[in-house]
Order: sequence, then C-alpha cells, then structure tokens
Amino acid sequence: MARNVNFDLSHPLMEAGLESPADEEGVHDSFQQLIAEHADNGAASSALELQQLQSDLVEESQDNIPLCGPEHEHRRQGASDLECDGGEREMDQIQGEGWSSDTLKILSSMPSRTIGRNRGAIISQYCNKTLKLRRRRQTRPSIRDFSPSSRPSIRSYGMEGDTIDAEVSKRERLVNNLQNLPVSDRVRMLRGMPLSVAEKKEIRNLVMQKEKRILSNKRLSCYSQLKYYIIIAARKSWYSWLSFLHSLQPWQTLLKRVSGRFGTGVLSYFLFLKTLVFFNVFLFLVTGAFLVLPQAVHPPDEATETRSFSGLELLTGAGSFSHTVMYYGYYTNYTLPRSSRGEGRGQNASALSSDSQQFSYNMPLAYFFTIGMAFFITCIILVYSMSKTFGRSFRINKSNSILTMKTFSSWDFKVIKKKSVQIMSENICTQLKELLAELTQKNTKSTFCKRFCRQMVHGVAWTICIASTTGCMAGVYYFSEFIHKDLQQNYRKFEVYPLMKEARLLSLPTVVSLINLLLPALFNVVAWMEIYESPSVFAYVAIGRNLMLKTSMLGVLCFHWLGRVAPEYKSIGLTCWESFVGEELYRFLLMDFIFTLLDTLFGELLWRLFSEKVLKKKRKPVFDIARNVLDLIYGQTLAWLGVLFSPLLPAVQILKLFLVFYIKMSSVMMNCQAPRKPYRASQMTTIFITLLCIPSLLGASVCVTYTMWSITPSTSCGPFRGLSTMFKAGKHWMKILEKDNPKLSVLSKAHTYFVENPFFLFVGAGIFLIVIYFHSQVVDGQRKIISLLQDQIQNEGEDKKFLINQLQSVHKQKQDAGKRLKSQDSTC
Amino acid sequence: MGTTASQLSKESLSEYQELTFLTKQEILLAHKRFTELLEKHEKDQIDARVPMGKIITLPELKSNPFKERICRVFSTSEQKDGSLTFEDFLDLLSAFSDSATLEIKSHYAFRIFDFDDDGTLDCADLEKLVNCLTGETNDAKLSSTEMKQLISNILEESDIDKDGTVNLSEFQHVISRSPDFVSSFKIVL
Repeated sequence: MARNVNFDLSHPLMEAGLESPADEEGVHDSFQQLIAEHADNGAASSALELQQLQSDLVEESQDNIPLCGPEHEHRRQGASDLECDGGEREMDQIQGEGWSSDTLKILSSMPSRTIGRNRGAIISQYCNKTLKLRRRRQTRPSIRDFSPSSRPSIRSYGMEGDTIDAEVSKRERLVNNLQNLPVSDRVRMLRGMPLSVAEKKEIRNLVMQKEKRILSNKRLSCYSQLKYYIIIAARKSWYSWLSFLHSLQPWQTLLKRVSGRFGTGVLSYFLFLKTLVFFNVFLFLVTGAFLVLPQAVHPPDEATETRSFSGLELLTGAGSFSHTVMYYGYYTNYTLPRSSRGEGRGQNASALSSDSQQFSYNMPLAYFFTIGMAFFITCIILVYSMSKTFGRSFRINKSNSILTMKTFSSWDFKVIKKKSVQIMSENICTQLKELLAELTQKNTKSTFCKRFCRQMVHGVAWTICIASTTGCMAGVYYFSEFIHKDLQQNYRKFEVYPLMKEARLLSLPTVVSLINLLLPALFNVVAWMEIYESPSVFAYVAIGRNLMLKTSMLGVLCFHWLGRVAPEYKSIGLTCWESFVGEELYRFLLMDFIFTLLDTLFGELLWRLFSEKVLKKKRKPVFDIARNVLDLIYGQTLAWLGVLFSPLLPAVQILKLFLVFYIKMSSVMMNCQAPRKPYRASQMTTIFITLLCIPSLLGASVCVTYTMWSITPSTSCGPFRGLSTMFKAGKHWMKILEKDNPKLSVLSKAHTYFVENPFFLFVGAGIFLIVIYFHSQVVDGQRKIISLLQDQIQNEGEDKKFLINQLQSVHKQKQDAGKRLKSQDSTC
Repeated sequence: MGTTASQLSKESLSEYQELTFLTKQEILLAHKRFTELLEKHEKDQIDARVPMGKIITLPELKSNPFKERICRVFSTSEQKDGSLTFEDFLDLLSAFSDSATLEIKSHYAFRIFDFDDDGTLDCADLEKLVNCLTGETNDAKLSSTEMKQLISNILEESDIDKDGTVNLSEFQHVISRSPDFVSSFKIVL
C-alpha cells in the first residue's frame, strides 16, 4: 500500500542534486544546502558533527542504554533475513543490511522508540501533560484586570515564577508542575505515570517538601489551615471507604478460582449474577424500608384467617403466606397509624388524619411512589452501565484489524492452571490458523448453488424454530385457559380440599419451565445442521432464538394474568387477584430454580459421568454461557414483574441467586472444561446488559404501568381498594394537596399540562432526536479527521525513511572519501 | 521508607495507596506473599530483592509464558537479572490490577512483548510473541509460511508510518480499539 520509493543510491537523480523524490526543490532547498555543505566539508568536521548529534541524543538516553553494540547489529541483520519477501515491503524496511553502527545508534535513540523505555522521555512527556493540565485548571483572568499598557501573555498567567532557564532539568519542572496542580489531579497524574514506584516516591517527596516549604513560608490564616486539614481528612476517609467497599465484595476467592481455570468467558457469567444480586438487594432495601417495615410495625386491623404452616407453602407461596406482608393483599389503604378503630373503615385513600399525629404515613401513596421510584432508579442505573460498556466495546472507525487485536490481546493473564493454559494456547493457535485461512480464502467465492443451498437450510431451520415457538405459545395459552375454566367450575370444591387446588396451580409453572428447558436444546440440534460464516453469528442467532422463545412465553403469561384473571377474578373464587398473581410469580420463580437444579444435575453431572464411564472419552461438557445468562435474565424479569404484587419477591430472588451461584460454581469446577470456542467477553457482556435493560426491564415496566393505568384493583384488599385504577391514588393526593395548600396548585397544574399532555411529550422526543442527530454528525466528522491523520503519519514515516537514508549515504560517502585519502597517502 | 521489619508502616501504606492502583487490602496481601518468598535473614532487610527464579514460582505466574519478560520489565536492579524488590512487586500488581488505566496497561504490555528491548516490535519480536502464545508443543506451532503471512498482516494492519516495526503509539492505537484487552490483562493475588 505504500508508495514504491526508490532508494537506489546510484539513481541519476540522486547523484545529481540529492533531490527528494517529491521533487519539490523550493521546499527542500534549505535541506539541500545543508547536505551540500556537508558534502563539501572535510571528513573530520562532518564526522565530528555526526558524533555531536549522536552524543547529544545518547545523553538523553543514558538511563537505559539500549543494546547498541555489535551484537545488536548482528541481531538486526539476522532479523532482516526473516523479513517478509514481498517485493514492495523490502524497500519499506528501515533496517537495511550494512547500516553503520552510528546510524543504528541514532535510530534506536529516536523519540518514538525511546518513549516506551526511557525514564527521561517519560518524565518529559509527563512534564508536558502536567503543564497542559495546569493551564486548563488555571482560571483565566479577565482582560479588565490588566492595564492597557502591559500586555501579559494570558496563557502563561501565573507561571511567571517558573524559570525558563534551559538548565532547569525536566524533572524539576515536572515537580513544579505537580506541585501547582490540585491534589486529586496530582494523585491521578502520579498514579498514571509508567515509572517504577521508587522513582515515583522520589518525585512525590520532592513535591511534598516543596509544598511544606511554601506552606511554612506563608503565614496561613486559620481558615485556610482548617481547610487544609479538612481536605487531608477527607482524602483519608475516602481511601478507607474504598477499602471498606472492596472488602465487602463477596465471593472474591471463588471468582478467582473460576477465572484461573476457565478464563474471562465463564467469569463473566458469575459477574453478571453478582450484578443481578446487587440490583435485587437495592430493590429489597427500597421496598423493605418503605413498604414492608411500616406495614409490619402497624399490622392491619382486619381479622385474618391464620392458617397453620404446612410445608407446602414454600412450594406454592399460598396458604399461610397469603395473608402476610409478602403479598399485596395485606397492605392497608389508609394512613398509618390508625387514629381510632371506628374511623376510616371503608374510606378510601383520601382520608388524611386530621387529629394530632406526629407521624402519618399514607400507605397507598407510599406503595405507588415506592414501586415507581424503584423502577425509575433501576432503569437509570441500567442505562448508565449499558452506555458505559457500549462505549468500551464498540469504537468508531473499527477497521479490520482482527489479526492484530487477536495477537496482542487474546492472552488471558488470569488463567493460571497449567492444563487451562495449554488449552488456551491451543485455542489461540487454532483461531489464528482459521483467521489466516479465511484471509487467503476470501478471494474464492462460493458458487451460487452452494450459497442457495445454505440459505435454504437456514430458512428451514428458522421455520422449525418459529413453528415450535408458536406451537408452544398456543399450547401454553390453551392450557392456561383450561386451568382457568377448571378453577371457575370447581373452586367451591377446592375450598374443601385446598391441596388439590395448589397442586393444579403448580402445573402451569412446571409446563412453562419444561418448555424453557427443552426447546433451546431443540434449537441447538437444529443449528448443528446449519453452516455459519463465523462463530459469533452462530452465537447471536442462538441467543436470538432463545430470547424469542422466552419473550413469547412471558407475553402469553402476562396476557393470561392481566387479561383473564384480573377482570374475572371473582368467578374463580378469589377476593384478591393481585395476591393471586403474586403467588403465581412466586411459584414460577421457584419452578425456575428447581429446573435449573435439575438441568445442572442432568446436563452437567450425569453427562460427565456418562461420557467418562460409558463412552470412555476424556471430554467433559462445556459450560454454555449464553443459555445460562438468558435463564438468569428470565428469572430477573419474573422478579421485576412481581414486585408490584409481592413486595418481598426480591428477597426470594436474592436467596435463589445465592443458591444458584453456589450450585453452578461447584458444578462448573467439577464437571466442565474450559471452552474451546472463542468468546468475546466484553461484547457479550454488553449484549447481556442490553438484553437486561430493553426486553426485560422495559417489558416489566410496561406491564406494571399498564396494570397501574388501566386495570381495576380488587375491591376488598390492598392499598388501592375502591379506586378505579391505581393511578388515581396519585391524582387524589394531588387534589387533596391543592385543597389544603392553594399555593401548591402550581404543582398540580404542571402535572396536568406537562405529564398528561401528549404535545409536550412529542416536543421532548423531537428535541431528543435532534440531539442524537448532532452527535452522529460529530462522530462522522471525527472519522474523517482520523483518516486524514493516518495519511499524515504515513507521510511523516516516508520523511523519516528519507532522512535516515540520506544520513547513511552521507556517512558512507565520508567513509569512502576517507578510505580514498588513506589509500592515496599510503601509496604516496 | 521502604519495608520495615515484617510490618508495613502506616505512612508507607498510605503512600503506596496514593502511588499505585491497589487498595489497602491488596497491598497488605502483596506484602504477605512477598515476605513468604524471602529468606529468613532477609525478612528484616529493607529493600530486599527476590531473585527471578523464586518469583516465577508464584502460582499466578508459574504457567504464564511471559513470566520472565514480566520480571525483567518490572525489575529495577542494576544487573538486569529480573530480581524484584517489594516496590517492584507492587508495581507489577498495580499495572495488572482492576483499576489501572488503559494507558498504563498498554505501556507495560508493549514492554513485555518487546523481547529485545529496543523500543519497537519488529519481526523477530512478533515471531517470539506468537510462539509464546501458541505454546511449546510442536503441533501447535504455526508453520513458517503461516508465520510470515501473519507477521506481514499484522504489520500491514498496525504499522501506520510504514517503517516495518510497531512502535508504542501504534501499539496503543491498536489496543485502544480492542475491548477485551483490559479484562484479559489482569492478575489478581
């Protein structure tokens, strides 16, 4: 791709006037003169100049003198033998045979080659960085502060104290710059310097000494001394808080063991599980503090039928659990605490206690706002982490440098077991070979017939998958309808035999979990017969199909609960449909857990025993990361759906996740082997977080919003009994607030005009789209700049080659001239 | 300054916290593991050095093909023998820690991959790198034609100024576009 530059020294153009290949005489005139001067001068002076130049450069690099001796030269020559034999590339190498040792010394002292290992170079680089940072942090003085006669340089305002003496060494300048920076920047700069700790300690001590000297010179006022001490104390407490947070991280040693054996891919599953635990802990704390605790402290007055605890409750969630804090039905619809027994029975949420009470807690409002806020904050956290991981894994200008990235970043330093390291090396070798084969094969296009066959096979596979998903959807729909009808007809019988009812209720979760377990296996079997262009496409297709199945299942279930059970709950003998839906979700979570257990048992343990004892193979099963993560996302969606109906469901989910963690951990360590296929951990993590946000949280929020907006709550239980929708509770409160404080009518007017007016939403969405458009234009512009800069760097590289070659040729001419002189002398 | 007897003083602990990316627990754990490697008589010495042979017996480094390069890069000894003091060891852990910046990691990764220490990755360095990655067994190695093709592809993709070598800036440019680097360039004690 580079221009074919002619470095032939005997080229007539070269001999004539040492013109540059670009033939721009005017521009290179001064350089030409310089070379001409050198050519005219005697050998001694030019050699001296060359040595001067070389010694200047070597002085800077005396800390880490590269291996410049003759053995290095030999190594370079040896290396050049290995060079790629492309005709064009030969000319592009800077390392030619027979470079003099001086040229090589100069080459190795070039800034671009010393920046990586030379202490002086690093210090000067960071000197510049700190100077830039200092300039940025300084506040610019206003021009009015200066008299018109004096013309200070605004850029160096505040830095007149610095000596611009050339003898001040770079290190002192760095110390000076660091000392003038605010403390947090200083710490960040020091940490980010790629020097050894010993050197950084020296620099830091110099900075501290200078600071102490300055502080002792000035007489500080009481106030600034106090400020100084406060800042130091704040910094110390920040560090101790960080280490406290670090020690709170659960499961550190276990995670290290997993990553040591299996690498980053399997580790990402367990890290995802940890993230889900944190989300659920947050949800539990919010609902616990604002809903469960107040209600548990002030239990409702209604007489509750207390059933004795039989073990079946844990399985079905009903029975003695159904009239506890766990479900929606327990919560009261008046303000806590009740002022008197007789008051308020049958009243709706508008009853604000007028008696003297120091603490009043409006339960319906609390319920409404807690659930809303919890979802809102979870959404914000998820979107934030999604955008962060998205920014990390997708870059602009993602050119095709797969091979380079694979070579430089595929070694996973976390893996420490010898066997796993071997497997990883084999994997990398296979991947590199495959990629190389792909690159060479890119030219051969497959025939039309082959492509057509492949597309046909893809079509058949997709038809099978979609058909089976639709079939299962229909099956679940009709089954749920059957159960519903059965309940309608027989609910009186079930009141006598409650166990029968519970057993029937368990059937729907079992069926759905079974489908969720078996159908992905079918998809895997179908995918075996397909051929994909790359393994990542294969992974995406598998995730897509699995996701489609789970979303359709959840959709059917939501329709069943919100569209069939909620309007007709009285016909199946329920007083409280929300508690019933909460119980259903509890059962679904539980069944999901049981089936995960069974899947681990059969899928991994028994399969390993089977393949070892019966098939006598050494291959252990591979941990399917994508499928397991999708199962986790499904479970979390159920938990989010259920928070409205069962505020303690996050606690159940936390318990379940803990158990799943330990079960999966032990299973993976005992039964599985390291994955053989390449797994791009960070891209997959981005996809999973996105899936957690968009179908999962969004779907749950839509369901909850629909429930709050349009479904009638039960008339005899829960905090919203008697209202036409749950949303009305907020509206009622607004009206009451307006009645009591007319000044706050602004709020309610704002609510009416902004939140409920669709025009405002349109305008908001429009502005948002415009901002996105501007950002995408900025990104396009940056892409153009990147390609321009790349061209510029390439031209600089050409210049560098040209200069080095001229240097070499001049030196050679001197040598020849010197030899000729010597031979002349000897003959004379 | 430096490590006193077998306990770290409070000032040095906070100093190390400011200068490295490690937390207090990680520094203390590193101190414990480091003193286990020292001889009995060296445990009380300040700035004792552990020879390379002992460092590479650490389980975190034992099976790593880059273990010698890592020791040499982080060593500050005059004889360039790869021996590490406690501060060099902290340097190592800091560069490989969770919170280290991409710049630090790519800087040290470049130095580790630069087998001949000349400041650039030329063909010989790249060949040694690929051989380390693919392992020592014969059937897992790339053939010489594949190796040549791989190296020429790498240089074509990453050598922007076309001088036949990959220098630090070009290396950092490639690394900044690969999202898996930060998560794989980690060692945890």
